Amino acid sequence: MNFSETWREYFKEVGAISQFTLRFFQQSFKPRNEWGEFIRQCYIIGYQSLPLIGLTGFIMGLVLTMQLRPSLIEYGVESQLPAMVGIAIVREIGPVITALIFAGKIGSSIGAELGSMRVTEQIDAMEVSGTNPFKYLVVTRVLAAMVMLPILILLSDAISLYGSFIGVNIRGFTSFSLFWNLVFDRLEFGDVLPAFIKSFFFGFAVGIIGCYKGYFSSKGTEGVGRSANTAVVVGSIVVFFIDLIAVQITDILGLN
Amino acid sequence: MLDASPDIAPVVKKNNRISVITIEHLKKSFGTNIVLTDFNLNLFQGENVVVLGRSGSGKSVLIKCIIGLLDPDQGQITVLGKSILDLNDDELDQVRVKVGFLFQSNALYDSMTVRQNLEFPLRRHWMKVSQQEVDNMVMEALENVGLEYTVDMMPIELSGGMRKRIALARTLILKPEIILYDEPTTGLDAITSKEISELMVKLQRKYNTSSLIISHDMKCVQLTADRVVVLIDGKCWAEGSFEVLRHSEDKMIRQFFD
Repeated sequence: MNFSETWREYFKEVGAISQFTLRFFQQSFKPRNEWGEFIRQCYIIGYQSLPLIGLTGFIMGLVLTMQLRPSLIEYGVESQLPAMVGIAIVREIGPVITALIFAGKIGSSIGAELGSMRVTEQIDAMEVSGTNPFKYLVVTRVLAAMVMLPILILLSDAISLYGSFIGVNIRGFTSFSLFWNLVFDRLEFGDVLPAFIKSFFFGFAVGIIGCYKGYFSSKGTEGVGRSANTAVVVGSIVVFFIDLIAVQITDILGLN
Repeated sequence: MLDASPDIAPVVKKNNRISVITIEHLKKSFGTNIVLTDFNLNLFQGENVVVLGRSGSGKSVLIKCIIGLLDPDQGQITVLGKSILDLNDDELDQVRVKVGFLFQSNALYDSMTVRQNLEFPLRRHWMKVSQQEVDNMVMEALENVGLEYTVDMMPIELSGGMRKRIALARTLILKPEIILYDEPTTGLDAITSKEISELMVKLQRKYNTSSLIISHDMKCVQLTADRVVVLIDGKCWAEGSFEVLRHSEDKMIRQFFD
């Protein structure tokens, strides 16, 4: 494939994803609502991801604290460790790392599940029975990802800060209440709100890309594997792009 | 090339009968691979038509065009008086409710139980039906195929023949006027294949449906066909009853029977 063909393929893909996204918004407002499937997906996407998100969050907070401590001691501001870790986790590291893990777990599972349904003609079977596979499979999963990722990020942030509290106490003593006071004294509305808002976009991006890759999967089992893989890769890259845009917007709005 | 043998009826439209599917000059290709060149067919009400052809001859492409899963390059497809190619998504769904489709792979929803598989189309089309009525319809559909006891089983727990029967029950649950069968006996042993073919005929008589069956299983063709259409080189090569075609001298047709 030469250079121009690569670009042509790239723009075709971007166009197709845009069309898929547009269809998502159109279908979201059409009856009938698949509440049962939406709740089931919230359970799978949210509740079943909690152990992984919690564990990685805890380690993230602990490691970040232990890595930062020597530098802060060098500058004589060790007492600022909880505040610094708190701001780093709530503003940036918590949402982005959680979204990346979410893309790895949920993006791949949606891509593989829908891809497998496509190659075994289950999506075609829904289509020919006059039901709406897009509404049942795509809209429910994307909405569930949008709703559950912000909640997972909030929980992950809390668990990370608890990991940080453990980290602080490995080489010293800070009481639980003092640690939380130090964290929340420095956290402002402008730290929490942008992070919370961008987490909806992260969830949307991971969900829509996973669904797109799976929904248009082809070429048998090899295609299913590729769908799962590209769902993770593209989803992760898009998370970073959304983060980049979000930082620019918060900077313009003076929330940094 | 066409109508090679004089004892085979030509492709004509019989005006005194109601055609539920009409296909005119259908063309479909994938890149440089031309699959259907100029295909014409009528399926009349209450009739079982088998489209007979070799693997890769375009039989599955044909029925996927009929149900709107594939768009033809040229030609006209009319199903129950509606031109499929001119319909929007909602209108197409309304036609699809009246047309059942049995996939070669069965395409059962593997994350759902048998009950949920059968309820899935019902719940989305007949929303005002009570749970009791839904349960009754599910059990009636399973009784039709003799598998009432599988109602709470998962598709993975069923044999190939059982899955085919469940897929048939799911196809019939919306009481379609037309059923399209894509290789209904492929991958089944001779005994199960015969049972499925007989079941298809039994259910066709019970519900007075019209059926278009894609097959290259001659036993199935013999048991189910009122009329056989032979698809060769993307065209309707010949057409007639099973017995008429069986005695054809055309070597292209003979290869299916020898």
